[in-house]
This record gives sequence, structure tokens and C-alpha cells, in this order.
Amino acid sequence: MSVILIDVALFSFLLLTAFAIVRLRNLFAVTMLTSVFSLLSAGLFVTLDAVDVAFTEAAVGAGISTVLLLGTLSLTPHDEKPATRSPLLPMLVVFITGAALIYGTMDMPAFGSADAPIHQHVGPDYIERYPHDIDMPNIVTGILGSYRGFDTLGETAVVFTAGIAVILLLHRSTLGRRRREDEEEDL
Amino acid sequence: MEDLTFDFIIARYNYWLVITLMMTGFYVVVSRGNLIKKIVGLNLFQTSVFMLYISAGKIIGGTAPIFTDNPDEVYSNPLPHVLILTAIVVGVATTALGLALIIRIKETFGSIEEDELLKIEHDYDTTGKMPTAEGRP
Amino acid sequence: MHHHLILRIVSKFLIPPILLYALYVQFHGDFGPGGGFQAGVIFAAGFILYGIVYGVSHLRRVLPPALVRALAALGVLIYAGTGVVSMFLGFNYLDYAAFASDPAHASHGQHYGIIVIEFGVGLTVFAVMTAIFMAFASRAPEIKDTDW
Repeated sequence: MSVILIDVALFSFLLLTAFAIVRLRNLFAVTMLTSVFSLLSAGLFVTLDAVDVAFTEAAVGAGISTVLLLGTLSLTPHDEKPATRSPLLPMLVVFITGAALIYGTMDMPAFGSADAPIHQHVGPDYIERYPHDIDMPNIVTGILGSYRGFDTLGETAVVFTAGIAVILLLHRSTLGRRRREDEEEDL
Repeated sequence: MEDLTFDFIIARYNYWLVITLMMTGFYVVVSRGNLIKKIVGLNLFQTSVFMLYISAGKIIGGTAPIFTDNPDEVYSNPLPHVLILTAIVVGVATTALGLALIIRIKETFGSIEEDELLKIEHDYDTTGKMPTAEGRP
Repeated sequence: MHHHLILRIVSKFLIPPILLYALYVQFHGDFGPGGGFQAGVIFAAGFILYGIVYGVSHLRRVLPPALVRALAALGVLIYAGTGVVSMFLGFNYLDYAAFASDPAHASHGQHYGIIVIEFGVGLTVFAVMTAIFMAFASRAPEIKDTDW
């Protein structure tokens, strides 16, 4: 029961933060609230036994994302312009989507039950085979590196590609300037 | 459909709260015209999806999937954790890419509001002239 | 940056423990929570703190952008190269059992393999995060002391 209380408390903080993000138009405040949201969700992940995920969310969501958003804000306007369109249509779309999703949860297995389909096949199989296959206690690291090594190789390549793309978009290279000067000389 | 008993709600409230958060992020994405606000909304949506996955992996009475000395220990399902862990890092990399595009849009068109950008595009289509942006270096 | 004595001194105290903690997270990830993804981000956070407090030009002197880009590629290369090495040893691609000194204890080989690829992941994530920060920060005008 105490787990449920902690859960509900964290969720109410998360909801308050999310609603404040919707309402506020000062983007600095929105950035800081996004950081708070990430930190709270990291807390939620700990209560849900996902310590590795919580760690990553705290470092990435609350740390790096905030720095990047602040970096963007130093180059763009700090305030959002007031909305010109009526919020009715978005509201309607959101409510219909939300209602459909909630209707979908009616058939979902109860939260935290050990006999849900997700706990029947791959996951428990990994846990069973793990001590024989790999001699390290952290199952998440083992699955990440070994059983799902191809996945992680792909993800690393995605991070690398995104980094290259950002550098290409934002880097002020001396090469381009030099080439332009050369062209002017040719003329 | 089963009746809305207390047990039924206790077994589902987690999903409902996650969906509420998800829809809040979705609302920010579809209703706000500011591009940075849209990225923030996408982040909210993304984090809620992570919560949904992690909720599915939780076993009540279980513990974090790090082996202990107790052989009878029940561990929560580690598979969603692995998937989401990599998704978070890929998520921040793609967010950075989105923000980089926003900076370039601001430098080229002088605005990051959707309405103004649409107007600039419309003007370009009708007159064939690109407005000179104030933000251009 | 000549003002803000407290900020400079405090960050000087903070950066070494941040980097040390990142190394701990990197190489202790097989026993507790952690691993390459988290460690790379924390290691980058140390350098980003340095860049924010002392300015990007100082950060560029510590970490030349060319080096950062090379490190990002090197991380992916280490990861993919591990798979190639295991293939040359007669195993499947990324089958770390190849690195066991004693074939009866394949699980030790798995451990070595995971340490190596986690190092590759950490290197790439660190380099990409630092490069992204540098790219963003070099666009913005440097913050002057008087602006604070």
C-alpha cells in the first residue's frame, strides 16, 4: 500500500508539472519545469524497480536536455506568443485519443501481476539463463551488451549519427568560408 | 467490461495516470505554435511512453533486476528496462537534432512560431520573394 | 571570466569528482546500476560544466573539436570492431564467448566483451554529447561577465 501512496504522490507532482508546462508561456520556466519533470520521473522509475533507467533519465533528461534547451533559448525568443487559434479542436483530438487508450487498458493485465503475458516468455527466460551465461550481477547491463548486443550497436550508431547531424547543422566551419573566398577570387 | 471495483482501479490507475500525462504532452504538441514548446511536449509524451513500458515490467513484490544472494528473489522484468535505457539516450540525441533545426529556422526566417512560418511560406509561394530575416547574422 | 570567484572555485572542486564518478559508473556498471550510456553522459556533464563556467573557447583548448569527433567515431569502431574480432576467433559476430581464456568458462569471456563494448558506448555518448554542447554554445554569443 505504501508503494501505491508514493506512486500517487509522484504522479500528482508529475501532473502538476505537466499542467504548468502547458499553461506557462515563459520558455525559461518551461525548461526548468521539464527538468523537474525528468527528475520526478526518475524517482518514479526507482519505485518501479528500473534503477538503470532512473539513473539514465536523471543524467540525460534533467541534465543534458536542460543544457541543450537553455542553449537554444540563448539564440531564440524567450517568450511564446499567445495562441491565436481556439484550443477546442486540439482538446477534442486529445480527449478522443485518451479515451481510446483508457478503453484499451480495460483488457490489460493488472499492474504488477506476475502472470501478465510480458512475464511469460523472453524476460524470465533471460533471468533463468543469465547466471549460467554471464558472470555479472546486473542483468540489465548483461542483456544490453550480450543478448541484445546488435540492438545496442544500432543505438550507438544512432547517437553517433545524430551527433554528426547536429555538427553539420550548427558548426561554423572555416572550410565553407574559405571556399566562398576562393570563388570570389576566381571571379 | 468488469465493474469499477476498488481492486480494478488499483490494478489500472497506473496506466490511467500515465495516459493522462501522455495526453498532456500530446496537447502541447498539437495546440502550441512555438517550436520549442512543441519539442518540450514531445519530450513529455516520450517520457510518459517510457513510464508505460516500465510499468508493464514491474512485478509487485519483486526487486530491481540485479542478482542478490537470495535464490528465491523475484526480479522485475529487465527487458523493458534495456529497451527504454537506450531509448532515453537516443531520445536526447534526436531532441538535440530538433533543437539544432529550430536554431537554423530562426536564423533563416527570423521566427520560430508556426503561424508566422506558414505566412512566410505562403508569401514565398505567391510572390516568390524570401523575407529578409532580422535574425540573420 | 574573471568575476564570479565562488562559481569558479566551486566548479573546480566539483569537476574532478564528477569525472571520477563517471569512471566509477562506467566500470562498475556490471555490478550495480550504470554502464556506458550513463557514464558517457556524466563524463560529458563534467566538461559541459567547465564550458559553461569558463567559456567555450577554454573548453575547446582542453578538448579540440577534431579530437571529440574522432572519439565519437572511435567508440562505434571499438564496439563494431569487438564483433569483428570475435568473428576472426571463430565465433559469431558479437559473441563474447570468444574472449574466454578457458572455453569451459564462456561466461568470463562474456564479461570481458561487455566491458569492452560498454567502453565503446561510453566513449561515443561522451563525445557526441560534448560535441552537441560545443555546437550549440559556439553559435551563441559568449556570455560576458557583466551579463550575469
